[in-house]
Amino acid sequence: MRPANVQARPVPGQRPAGRIGAAVAVLVALACLPLAHPPAFFESFLYLVFLWVALATSWTILSGYSGYFSFGHGAFFGVGVYTTATLTTAAEMPFLATLPLAGLASMLLGVGIGAVVFRVRRLRGELFALLTLAITFVLATIALNTPIDGGPGVFLSGVSLPRLYATPASTLYLMALLVAALALALAWQLQYSRVGRALFAIADDEDVAEVMGVPTFSYKLRAIGLSAGLAGIAGGIHAVFVTYVTVSETFSITVPLYVVLMSVMGGMRRWYGPALGAIVVTALTYAFVGGEWALAGRALIGLTLILVILFLPQGFAGSMSSLRARWQPRAARPAMPVAHVAPRPSTASDAVSGVGSDGAGAPFLRCEAIHMAFKGVKALDGVSLEVRAGEILGLVGPNGSGKSTLVNVITGLLHPTAGQVLLDGIDLARLPAHRAARAGIARTYQIPRPFARLSVLENVALPAMFGGLQLAPAEALERAREALAFVGLLDRAADLPSMLNLHQRKFLELARALAIRPRVVLLDEVLAGLTPAEIDSAIAMVRSIRDAGTTILFIEHNMRAVLALTDRLIVLNQGRVIAQGRPADVVREPQVIEAYLGTAAC
Amino acid sequence: MPSSTLLAQSVLSGVFSGALYALMGLGISLAWGLLRIINLAHFAFVFLAGYLVYQCISVSGWSPTLVVVLALPLFFLLGVALQWLFARFSVDEFASLLVTFGLTIVIESLIQWIWTADVRRMETPLSTWSVKLGPLYVPVVEAILLLVTLAVVVAAWAWLRHTYVGKALRASAQNPVIAAAFGVSHRRLAFVLSGVAAATGALAGVFVAVGSPISPSQMFGSLGVVLAAVILGGLGNPLGLLAASILIGIAEALTMALTAPSWAPLVSFSLLIFILVLRPDRV
Repeated sequence: MRPANVQARPVPGQRPAGRIGAAVAVLVALACLPLAHPPAFFESFLYLVFLWVALATSWTILSGYSGYFSFGHGAFFGVGVYTTATLTTAAEMPFLATLPLAGLASMLLGVGIGAVVFRVRRLRGELFALLTLAITFVLATIALNTPIDGGPGVFLSGVSLPRLYATPASTLYLMALLVAALALALAWQLQYSRVGRALFAIADDEDVAEVMGVPTFSYKLRAIGLSAGLAGIAGGIHAVFVTYVTVSETFSITVPLYVVLMSVMGGMRRWYGPALGAIVVTALTYAFVGGEWALAGRALIGLTLILVILFLPQGFAGSMSSLRARWQPRAARPAMPVAHVAPRPSTASDAVSGVGSDGAGAPFLRCEAIHMAFKGVKALDGVSLEVRAGEILGLVGPNGSGKSTLVNVITGLLHPTAGQVLLDGIDLARLPAHRAARAGIARTYQIPRPFARLSVLENVALPAMFGGLQLAPAEALERAREALAFVGLLDRAADLPSMLNLHQRKFLELARALAIRPRVVLLDEVLAGLTPAEIDSAIAMVRSIRDAGTTILFIEHNMRAVLALTDRLIVLNQGRVIAQGRPADVVREPQVIEAYLGTAAC
Repeated sequence: MPSSTLLAQSVLSGVFSGALYALMGLGISLAWGLLRIINLAHFAFVFLAGYLVYQCISVSGWSPTLVVVLALPLFFLLGVALQWLFARFSVDEFASLLVTFGLTIVIESLIQWIWTADVRRMETPLSTWSVKLGPLYVPVVEAILLLVTLAVVVAAWAWLRHTYVGKALRASAQNPVIAAAFGVSHRRLAFVLSGVAAATGALAGVFVAVGSPISPSQMFGSLGVVLAAVILGGLGNPLGLLAASILIGIAEALTMALTAPSWAPLVSFSLLIFILVLRPDRV
């Protein structure tokens, strides 16, 4: 599913007004189509195309963008179908008035599911797919056994339609067109917005996205709410189109199967991908109508799903842009100012100057008596420390001493069993991780964790959009270029992270941390795995980051670098602080030597 | 409130349907737990085997023993072929779900095309034969099913636990790189496991065909129940699967006896949801 050699998505530029105009013109032309009195089958064919465009696009808003693959789109669709069916028949509401309610009911279901499921970290990928499928069957069973349906199905033949056009078929055609257009517009708008970019990051690495400042939980809720709401409206319209709804048809496997197929086929990380897939698949099914041909069409769809997954894992849209990128010779890629900026203090101050001016030397980040236990194993046992503005504070300790746990606690990814993380007097310990990033705390990962399917530039732009600075996408890209120039990776901006070597990926981590103009950066073993020459350049870079006014918590095993760089040193062993002070003094303390080398045998 | 005899009869039939769930789920559990392949097409294999058995015994009049002897190696090869496809395209866990979903649709269409969507019933002397055990009726086919399931499940457990192949497979599932460093050829073992999984599916298919009327649409009916049992039992854990299956079977049978049969799916699917939300680490 995720081949490492995929091309980065082209960085979208501004939205040209001409394109919006063209889209509106197409929409108006399609809306006027019934005036030309096309043959009835053509109208109903286009109705089905638009229905599936709406359903597949709405599915992609959640599943394609954020990577939460749902097999439960039938549930959202079905709730819409039965809301309209029940309200128009039992409550005799006018059809149009039921549509917002159909959307709302589905949206509430989606948000309700999300509010429970998105809290469970493991429920991603195949488990989320199974879970949503199970929810569909639960709803089907409930509808079948309660007055919602009760078994025989619901007839909607008596429901009167608003007379937008002469025939009901034309009216329904228009409504499906509008829902499809709405879904496409939302998907398009979302893809280029901050939320959309955050969803793409969530699909690649949710924990990292959260640590970079993305409020992942609420964004996922938005995505599922939007996705479900659109499917619900489409369902409401379809209830009247089919005029007779049954549980087995509504909650069948068909809806999830088709939307997954269409989106996977068309490409689910682009707003127009699912629509392409919907057009192709609907046309294929329409070509095979009736009797055994319907069966052949169904088999063909199953076969297509297999072939697309195996041969076109990025779908049509993805494969097209891969091809385009391949034809474009490497040298002729969008010209970017290639600047291998050697870290100079002047550049550094532009690129990294911290937010606000902290009084030099004053402690501004304090950890107070932090305890962290994992099922009885005490990883941190009452750690208290303070980070002073403008310093490089070294944090060393043997493997398993709790350094990484401490980093995770300070950045908010782990909530400590007891204790406080105070920044400007606010306790971050119980807040979600993205709040720490917004407060100006950035980190790098010992093993780089770039977003695999975002380009180097987009990788850096994401934290600029969410951590601390909260920039709009265009400004964030600008900021990302500055940060990339600072670490000397600007000429690789359009590449995917998988095309970088380890050294460059470590610098990409640095650029991502610097992009938010952090107040404090937690550098987690940035030197591990580098050659001595690379270490020297990394040390120079760390120093220039500090010279620009950013406070650094430097976690490292390489003692040469620690002694060369740090102003103060803290030694952690078995979850406790065993020594702190001037680096040269600390390394001579007996308990530090003991922790590293053991006691001498007598 | 139904009588105690009725309840006991329900529990008994729950045990039997649980045994069938376990036999159907074994292949899925093994492939998911040890190969990280979610094979939805396993359900299609089960039904394909069921229809082949129906065709050979009921229509062509072959001997049941001969059919079983032929079906098992045939489906073993089918499993090997499927695993070859997964290995050839290095399909990951999630893609396997989609690919086998597509494959299920293809096989379902094929079955519908050959045998139509109508319900088929296989008439064998066994299917109506039951013995009376105190106040309870025990259908002989189901009793055989229970015994076969017990034998297969215990054999699978012992195979994984005590043989080289089983140990190597478990090692590979935990850490393929380290297992490979110790000389475990995951590729070859995966073929064996996938073949065995498909063969157990064929065995389940025999009982699906013999035990009850069969129609293509039932394929998706058993999906939720069996997946719930597979996850509840622990992936790659045959004994856990059997216990979970029988538990779910009894719960379903009691729901049917106490309310209406149409409420039965609620039990397994709700259970699946609860396990996924509350104990996602089981998977």
